[in-house]
Amino acid sequence: MTENHEDGVPTVYVSDKRTPPPSREELRARIPGWGADLDPADRPSNPKLQYAPGTSGAHWDFPERQPGAEGRERSIEHAFVTPVFGTAQPLHGVSGAIRRLAYVRFGEGRLAHWMLLIAGDRVDAWGSHLRSFASTRPDVPATGVRAEFTRGGVGSRKGRSDARHHLLDPVIVVGPWVAGAGAAALGVGKLLRALRR
Amino acid sequence: MRAMTYRGPYKIRVEEKDIPPIEHPNDAIVRVTLAAICGSDLHLYHGLMPDTRVGHTFGHEFIGVVEQVGPSVQNLQVGDRVMVPFNIFCGSCWFCTRGLYSNCHNVNPNATAVGGIYGYSHTTGGYDGGQAEYVRVPFADVGPVKIPDWMHDEDAVLLTDAAATGYFGAQLGEIVEGDTVVVLGAGPVGLIAAQSSWLMGAGRVIVVDHLPERLEKARTMAHAEVWNYDEIDDVVVEMKRQTDFLGADVVIDAVGAEADGNLLMQVTGTKLKLQGGSPVALNWAIDGVRKGGTVSVVGAYGPIPNLVKFGDALNKGLTLRMNQTPVKRQWPRMFEHVRNGHLTPREMVTHRFPLEDIAEAYHVFSAKLDGCIKPLIVPSAS
Repeated sequence: MTENHEDGVPTVYVSDKRTPPPSREELRARIPGWGADLDPADRPSNPKLQYAPGTSGAHWDFPERQPGAEGRERSIEHAFVTPVFGTAQPLHGVSGAIRRLAYVRFGEGRLAHWMLLIAGDRVDAWGSHLRSFASTRPDVPATGVRAEFTRGGVGSRKGRSDARHHLLDPVIVVGPWVAGAGAAALGVGKLLRALRR
Repeated sequence: MRAMTYRGPYKIRVEEKDIPPIEHPNDAIVRVTLAAICGSDLHLYHGLMPDTRVGHTFGHEFIGVVEQVGPSVQNLQVGDRVMVPFNIFCGSCWFCTRGLYSNCHNVNPNATAVGGIYGYSHTTGGYDGGQAEYVRVPFADVGPVKIPDWMHDEDAVLLTDAAATGYFGAQLGEIVEGDTVVVLGAGPVGLIAAQSSWLMGAGRVIVVDHLPERLEKARTMAHAEVWNYDEIDDVVVEMKRQTDFLGADVVIDAVGAEADGNLLMQVTGTKLKLQGGSPVALNWAIDGVRKGGTVSVVGAYGPIPNLVKFGDALNKGLTLRMNQTPVKRQWPRMFEHVRNGHLTPREMVTHRFPLEDIAEAYHVFSAKLDGCIKPLIVPSAS
């Protein structure tokens, strides 16, 4: 609430809050559990570092190593591949080479590391899109858009300030597909013309 | 098994995958009975998180039943119903020994700047996640906990991340009795952060968002004052004006890297990806908190730099506190709060989708359609 003091001087220019907060009794009556964690020293995350060896359930000092670490990519800020790691989607193809370069050449403090990983992501996605066109289940520019019709796409956005930003989504999502299709059509046209000569 | 799989930005689908095997003696395989989509999953879905590979299965909020255990597992048995923290952690490294489970150094070879997370790209270790019928759970003796008999499944799944993160965010705010706390974002994390701020003695809790259904939930569920930033010319000035020009004692950023509220940031960060997302909420927090105050950041940001107003934070003498939540550390106290009705996570659930409809669920959650606040995913095998 905006406060109007008789002398026109707000709290920030004097030593204490000019309007005290509601009393404990008032807050307890209104808010379930108010003050249950009032003591900062008695909160689960205080202090930040709580040295408590042997309480986590771990029955090892250093975990047994998971097999298969040879050749797995790792940050060069690690001494080795960690004893446990994910094995989903191993590196492959051109995107794999880009990602491996990011890991082998650049530490996490370098923007190049992250931008190469993003580049690898886009190559991976476009490569898989192209492969999908040769399958029985081709990719589409965006999934789940059926919800626009079944879950009130227009009505849900009514009056929302972000609705005008959403207008960009079709351009950003579909734009590269249109550009890709155009480039492919141009390429095919050129090829056909070359073959006719 | 059936599993959500990533195909590229804005593209996911359900595919048939192999049931994950035991890969380490302390692994368990869990049959997922209930999962959720987290707001941070949307960063992956939108292509903002580096090293998100085609074929990846997202999902770091899930509960389930133990189907198989590795030979060194002592604390779990086949058939146990478990809730699994979103952190993958060893329990024995330098960080885990000090309670920083979200910063474990033994589970993520791909990066040292973040620990291990289920289904959250290879930047967090390359583990497939729980938006599937089965999931591999490493360090089964350390992470999972048997679900108490009295606990509702929907509370349990929300305690694996969103609710724990809200509670942790309030703690990072270092709230003292009588503080004015502003929570930016009325999503699941912000709603629980607002409830938790009262538990820690706040004298006033204000929640800022622009979606009417979320603000209404903040009012009814978290007893908070609510501000719709679409109706306010300048949120930072409003924070000063409404606190007798002092500024909020504590601001909690429960939004993260895809904030709306500023067209330039939205377009450069979220749409064109010229920076690591849109840090509007963080900048509002820095500018709206009082000098010497505390900004708590639990909204998710990635490793790519953002245009953050760090000079203002310096010149105002702010305390900035943040981390991914060490979930298991929050649980004993949170279980009490849930049982006593002081925290009510399942009140936030608005949608329940079968796994087969997960592409629709992502679109609804991403575009904020149909009043969606928190969508749950029910795998068919459950």
